Amino acid sequence: MINKIVNTVQEALQGIESGMTIMFGGFGLCGIPENSISELVKKQTSNLTCISNNAGVDNFGLGLLLQKKQIKKMISSYVGENAEFERQMLSGELEVELIPQGTLAERCRAAQAGIPAFFTPAGYGTEVAEGKEVREFNGKMHVMEHAFKADFSIVKAWKGDAAGNLVFKGSARNFNPCMCGAAKITIAEVEELVPAGTLDPNQIHIPGIFVQRIFQGEHYEKRIEQRTTRKRA
Amino acid sequence: MALGKEEIAKRIAKEVKNNSYVNLGIGIPTLVANYIPKGINVEFQSENGVLGMGPFPFEGEEDADLINAGKQTITTLAGASFFDSATSFGMIRGQHVDLTILGAMEVSENGDIANWKIPGKMVKGMGGAMDLVASAENIIVAMMHVNKAGESKILKKCTLPLTGVGCVKKVVTELAVLEVTSKGFKLVERAPGVSVEHIITSTEAELIIEGDVPEMVID
Repeated sequence: MINKIVNTVQEALQGIESGMTIMFGGFGLCGIPENSISELVKKQTSNLTCISNNAGVDNFGLGLLLQKKQIKKMISSYVGENAEFERQMLSGELEVELIPQGTLAERCRAAQAGIPAFFTPAGYGTEVAEGKEVREFNGKMHVMEHAFKADFSIVKAWKGDAAGNLVFKGSARNFNPCMCGAAKITIAEVEELVPAGTLDPNQIHIPGIFVQRIFQGEHYEKRIEQRTTRKRA
Repeated sequence: MALGKEEIAKRIAKEVKNNSYVNLGIGIPTLVANYIPKGINVEFQSENGVLGMGPFPFEGEEDADLINAGKQTITTLAGASFFDSATSFGMIRGQHVDLTILGAMEVSENGDIANWKIPGKMVKGMGGAMDLVASAENIIVAMMHVNKAGESKILKKCTLPLTGVGCVKKVVTELAVLEVTSKGFKLVERAPGVSVEHIITSTEAELIIEGDVPEMVID
């Protein structure tokens, strides 16, 4: 067993420097690496290029890094819930690259799987395809997209073990598994870190080979963006 | 009478076939889930990684780890599954999802759709819309026929940046049901009490009209 455990979030984030490209797991505020984001705010690491489906809200998630102007560029599919984001984007302080959500996921997966590029029909005939190679397969047009290149990938899982094996919960899985092994170093923060041998190998979502550092996070807030309920009959 | 949003959703619900996998967009499409006819079995897919989505949770039972693509708290039904985003879009791109219902700002007579960007306004992004429209075998658009200024959103050619080309199969608006054919929009149904003439004057694109156009059956 190769032990991936690091004891603190500070140790986990060692080597992250200003100007780097970092992937962040999560969809909205669901399944985001809360501890690592807080620590990056404290470290004042700046000029970051962030690959993340969304950009958090004003006072949580990646919004915390935006508030401190630590992000140079966001690569996302949807960024609609954040006033500070909007202000920085409109003033030109923040670069934004919007890409289709399936393409975002596949560019992560391709990086994980050693596939340099792939063809997808998403975005053909739109401004997303401008300047990109297009090709016809089976009578349908496709756009060539490249695997991401990132320095660090930071993901959040429900449970993990010393070997770096991960298990996710509910829809908090989302982009997290796709980003494991998709950067030079993958850091996983988990709600519950257990000894190797505790998790059933049949139930592992991400094998530890894709994870270099794992630590147990603390004080998960797990905010809900849209609390929708129904009345009991 | 022009239809309300709930009635548009009711009409679209009649298009859902038994034993199908369906992806619903945000807005009117989300309402479709409330009107699936009895005896029609569907599984709703949410692109953030849920198949077998159920209704909103009861108060006090919300789970931050269980949301839909609109970031709303949800529940799951028996037979549900969770998966990652790449797998989710594999379902979509691989045409395993049978029907996509989504909103639009404009649709053109060759089936182009624009629904993600208005130049000069804050651009929030396309989310999964471009993947969905590029791949879905059957796409139904729920939208308003005219904008607040009374201008047609059913056009010869879209004016806004496109989300996808030649992909829309059917459009349901407050005034009409339109099919996208190789020759353009065909008017197949009209809202109860709305005249064919009214629909023609509310539509910038040419309409193909064959014989009497029946009224929509809503309930």
